[in-house]
Amino acid sequence: MGKRHWIAIVGMIITLYACSKGGELVAAFVGFRQPANFPAPVYKLDANQITQAGFELGRKLFYEPRLSRNNTISCGDCHIQTSAFTHHGHDVSHGIDDRLGSRNAPPMMNLAWQPSYMLDGGVFDLDLQPIAPITNPVEMDEKLDNVLNKLRAHPQYPALFKKAFGTEEITTARMMKAMSQFMVMLVSADAKYDQVVRGEGATFTADEKAGYAIYQQKCSACHTEPMFSDYSFRNNGIGIGPNNDEGRYPITLNPADKYKFKVPSLRNLQYTAPYMHDGRFYTLDGVLDHYASEVQDMPTLDPLLKKNGKRGIDLTATDKRLLLAFLNTLNDKKFITDKRFSEQAQ
Amino acid sequence: MMQLIKKIGLLATGIACTLASCKKDDVKPAADSGQKATLSIQFDNIAGAKNLQLNTGTYTNAVGETFSVGLLKYYVSNIRVTNAAGQTYTVPQEESYFLVSEADGASQFVKVQVPEGEYTGLSFVLGVDSLRSTMDISKRTGVLDPSSGMDDGMYWGWNSGYIFFKMEGTAAAAPVDPSGQRKFRYHIGGFGGYAAATINNIKTIHIDLNAGGIPKVRQGRAANVHLMVDILKMFNGGTNVSIKNNPTVMFSDFSVNVANNYASMFSHDHTEN
Repeated sequence: MGKRHWIAIVGMIITLYACSKGGELVAAFVGFRQPANFPAPVYKLDANQITQAGFELGRKLFYEPRLSRNNTISCGDCHIQTSAFTHHGHDVSHGIDDRLGSRNAPPMMNLAWQPSYMLDGGVFDLDLQPIAPITNPVEMDEKLDNVLNKLRAHPQYPALFKKAFGTEEITTARMMKAMSQFMVMLVSADAKYDQVVRGEGATFTADEKAGYAIYQQKCSACHTEPMFSDYSFRNNGIGIGPNNDEGRYPITLNPADKYKFKVPSLRNLQYTAPYMHDGRFYTLDGVLDHYASEVQDMPTLDPLLKKNGKRGIDLTATDKRLLLAFLNTLNDKKFITDKRFSEQAQ
Repeated sequence: MMQLIKKIGLLATGIACTLASCKKDDVKPAADSGQKATLSIQFDNIAGAKNLQLNTGTYTNAVGETFSVGLLKYYVSNIRVTNAAGQTYTVPQEESYFLVSEADGASQFVKVQVPEGEYTGLSFVLGVDSLRSTMDISKRTGVLDPSSGMDDGMYWGWNSGYIFFKMEGTAAAAPVDPSGQRKFRYHIGGFGGYAAATINNIKTIHIDLNAGGIPKVRQGRAANVHLMVDILKMFNGGTNVSIKNNPTVMFSDFSVNVANNYASMFSHDHTEN
């Protein structure tokens, strides 16, 4: 084999390498990374490889008010980054024409690990999720084909779709895949808790450590580490709300699912008030008081909240104080200030 | 240098070809020996002894309620034909999803490619099978695309799944709804659930074509199997559905009764060869 052949082969290897690692050579875009203390994601990343162009298109769509009927409401309106992508200060979602929804907008984080979406688990694939708020009459009240037509007529989107997917064609699947690329990147895994668990030098204070022990004993059965939710559906005894929201029941039509809602993560609670599916508690003190002394009995009340004939979780005032100290270690300031996720980034 | 570039180009082409030939492994095996031709299946919507006329026609159900129909749409999928020898041919699934709409005449002629031959049996799914209902969004094209053919909403976003059958109209017996109208709305779906078992309203319809005429499928012709689809059967059957008592049936246990009724809407009237 002559010298030229070797040059050719080396050249080709470099070319192939540059193709596969194009992102790194072009810019410092780091795609999806599984945090060391997290399990493998549920979302099928193989079916939607995250690229910088796809992620950036997804981000633009996330902050795009054209997704709503009168071009006023974007996903980012009800999912604000500084509030860990929930709607701070709103007990129930506030959509188009000042219409109100019936539930608290859930925070968006670590979506790649969720086996289902929505407080009732009615959506089982992240790629199908945006259809719900776009078509909901009290949220964005738009039709998908209208949205696609608006994007097709837009001066920038055809080029952005080409950059992300190779051609200017704008389809439902491409739009949804791009949005998923943005959403799965919303990884919150850099709270003090994570740094402690990963042995990165941070340490718990005495109170935080004591609070961690109480959490492990009294909360972890539902709010499982490291996601701080087992993503199951449970009735936590807050009682029937004014709009008689039956939670998961309309999805499964199984009477055992009445008044059950998805266990929320405990991550970023500092930013996500108010709490519960209808936003009825404005403070974490209110939430802890509920579990300590206000749990109401119902046929579908979670058995873990009715042990030994006693309702609720046994929590002293000291327990609550220590728990709050621990819960504060789950707040991830880096996540809510990460410029990659902000509307201003584009 | 040019030579070098040419060599790289050749090598790259070689690799590209190799990669492309790998992909060819998933080419489908030949399903039959003969040539394929068009089989047309006509879904002619009627109401008992009357032709269905949107908005203007009035019909009476078994419990004596008079009503009009303003909208009628349903999915037909997974079409399969059987010949006298009992051999079956299943239309490739991705070419086998259709949305029949009373407002769109062309949609009532479902055309599929099947091997030339004479068929004594026809079956199809009324609705969308569970496999497709849980597939990646990129596999939901054509009438299954949540952005196309769905201007009247044949998809539930909040409880991910297709609406198999949708009929809306007005009836004096229907209570006044919040919009001030006396409307009935039947939106039936439910593929059995993704993470939890739920209602399954997928119905497979089997039709014997012997009595009404065997379609002779051949090149240059489009044999047409003319089905009558009697929407009165949705109301009249195992459970006689009262518009007064059930003006709105969507994702609920009662929808099972409606689906059991509508499964018997289809009958073979005749075949045009």
